[in-house]
Amino acid sequence: MISRRKFLKNTALGIAGMGISLSALEIIDPRKLFAEVAADKAAVRWAFLVDTYKCVGCGLCVKACKEENEVPYDANVTRTWVERYVLTKTGKLYADTPKGARDGFTTDKIDLNADGIKDISKEGIEKAFFVPKLCNQCDNPPCVQVCPVGATYQAADGVVLVDRKWCIGCGYCIMGCPYGVRFFHPVHHTAEKCNFCYHRITKGLKSACVQACPFGARQIGNIKDPNDPVTVAIRTQRVGVLKSEYGTKPQVYYIGLDEEVR
Amino acid sequence: MVHGELWTVKELFVTPNEYIYWSIQIVMYPFMTGLVAGAFVLSSLYHVFGIQQLKDMARFALVFSFALLFAAPMPIVLHLQFPFRGVEIFMTPHFTSAIAAFGIVFFTYGAIVASELWFLYRKHFVEVSLALREKQDRTLGEQIRYLIFCTLTLGVYDISEESLHRDEKAIKFLAALGIPVACFLHGYAGFIFGSVKANALWMTPLMPVIFIMSAIVSGIALCMLTYIVAMEIRKYLAKRKRAAYAGLQSQDQLKSVEISVIQMTAKYLLAFLVAAISLEILDLIFRGYTALKSWDVLRSVIYDRDFKTIFLMQYGIGNLVPLILFLIPGITIRRAVLGVLLVLFGVFMMRWNVVIGGQAFSLTFAGYMHYHLPIVPHDWETVKEGLVGAIAIFIMPFALFTVISKIFPVFETQKAR
Repeated sequence: MISRRKFLKNTALGIAGMGISLSALEIIDPRKLFAEVAADKAAVRWAFLVDTYKCVGCGLCVKACKEENEVPYDANVTRTWVERYVLTKTGKLYADTPKGARDGFTTDKIDLNADGIKDISKEGIEKAFFVPKLCNQCDNPPCVQVCPVGATYQAADGVVLVDRKWCIGCGYCIMGCPYGVRFFHPVHHTAEKCNFCYHRITKGLKSACVQACPFGARQIGNIKDPNDPVTVAIRTQRVGVLKSEYGTKPQVYYIGLDEEVR
Repeated sequence: MVHGELWTVKELFVTPNEYIYWSIQIVMYPFMTGLVAGAFVLSSLYHVFGIQQLKDMARFALVFSFALLFAAPMPIVLHLQFPFRGVEIFMTPHFTSAIAAFGIVFFTYGAIVASELWFLYRKHFVEVSLALREKQDRTLGEQIRYLIFCTLTLGVYDISEESLHRDEKAIKFLAALGIPVACFLHGYAGFIFGSVKANALWMTPLMPVIFIMSAIVSGIALCMLTYIVAMEIRKYLAKRKRAAYAGLQSQDQLKSVEISVIQMTAKYLLAFLVAAISLEILDLIFRGYTALKSWDVLRSVIYDRDFKTIFLMQYGIGNLVPLILFLIPGITIRRAVLGVLLVLFGVFMMRWNVVIGGQAFSLTFAGYMHYHLPIVPHDWETVKEGLVGAIAIFIMPFALFTVISKIFPVFETQKAR
């Protein structure tokens, strides 16, 4: 009869032996191989360029985005939005984004939410500008890191996507995003975010907001293509990114980024 | 309406998608896991370190910890937008996420508590099932009871002196193993918050340690409270049934047991309370001293907007008052009850100030968000993420404890005496 000690010993040896022999073999997934071969040739990394000097705060981008991506028009959430910054001569900063600027900035008054409306005289303004915001499709996305079930993931071309069929709705990704681009979709109830209009860009079209901007303030391009106008602009002009201190390596570049921008 | 819009009031510059997404149930979650971990650590103090005075409390705390264990994941389930998809956390865990570790930690811990309970109550299971087996014409209730206890013995009927001694060794081993796992269970709850780099208030490596300390405090406090309530009921029963059951302990006997257990436990409560407060104050001082970019908005939240909930309710009523109550010599049951109630309140407020306080300011550092807890529910969302849901979660372990203690009688040893 086999003793317990012997049984355990042999089992452990057997498992270890099998483990070693199996590790010698690498099972090659054809899809992985194909992707690795293809990755070098058709390398795409989507990046976004915002020229804040060109933005007038009309909000057509926000409107177009809501319609294109079926985010309920009147819901107080949005995949992209425009912020207005007003610095007064006394050194005070006022900023707002009423309804994400869906209807554009039609008044001089600053919307301070529960604190009411602030009227600033034109003479009192030192400088003022608009800053469009959207998902930064970070190279090191914290939202992907924190998703407990892997429902949000990064595609090979850098865009961070959400699987609506797998998202459990815990909200950890919303908490993890330093840019506040995520929210719960009012209809689907899953985490929702800008994906550069992935359904469009993968078919050779421009993102809805890029298409809708009458001033060319928004551009999208492939940063791995050295001749792409976006890549050229990022390489040759003075650009900045938002909140680089978080180490997220954001891929939305801004021309004319002010240090007051949050 | 967008999720979170109902209970969030925005002030000044807040970006459009910011709401208080993590509401009352996420306050309840670390509060409940904290109670689990704390109750277990308390029971281990006796089993591992052999602190004899805690003997009565240890058995009680372990069973209570088991009851709490089932209630601990419930707040998360109620919080999820898709509660039925919650099982995905176990099925497809994405291990870079702190929450993904939940399945492993929770089940490991559950297995440890369950096995420790089994070893502790094995003798009882065998005795009950043997007694019922011998009984002729069992009633239906007794038949069910017989089946339950037979199953619980797992087919092992050996209760010789030698095998019971082995059980004790196993209990000691499991209790020792359970301490780091219990700390990990709760430390990881702290890690969930402490690792969110986007949140200026949450992000600190101290967070898991602070959570563990306050967890132990709350666990001990809840065990003391429940123990006192149970003892009071027993005293009342002893008074009424003394004539009928001569074997029961007298009211005075029970009273002296109760006070000595409470005195001993209170000492441990105090030690952990001091540790918890020290760490929290250290965190606060460090933030003020280093004064990073986020400090301006944090200061306005801590010292101004949330002053009442932090300094008055948490540190004042929840920490300082019970500290004084327990430090005054000659503790009475009444004072202990008041003390532990305040301690529990203080720990709850600490969770509140972390979870809700962490969302009280905007990512812009130039705006604020106010949370209004839904009190009267008017739809499913306000039921589960409102006062009703939170109270339901809090009651759950007590209801479970009542049921579980039918199988694991917590006062068994005293009856046998």
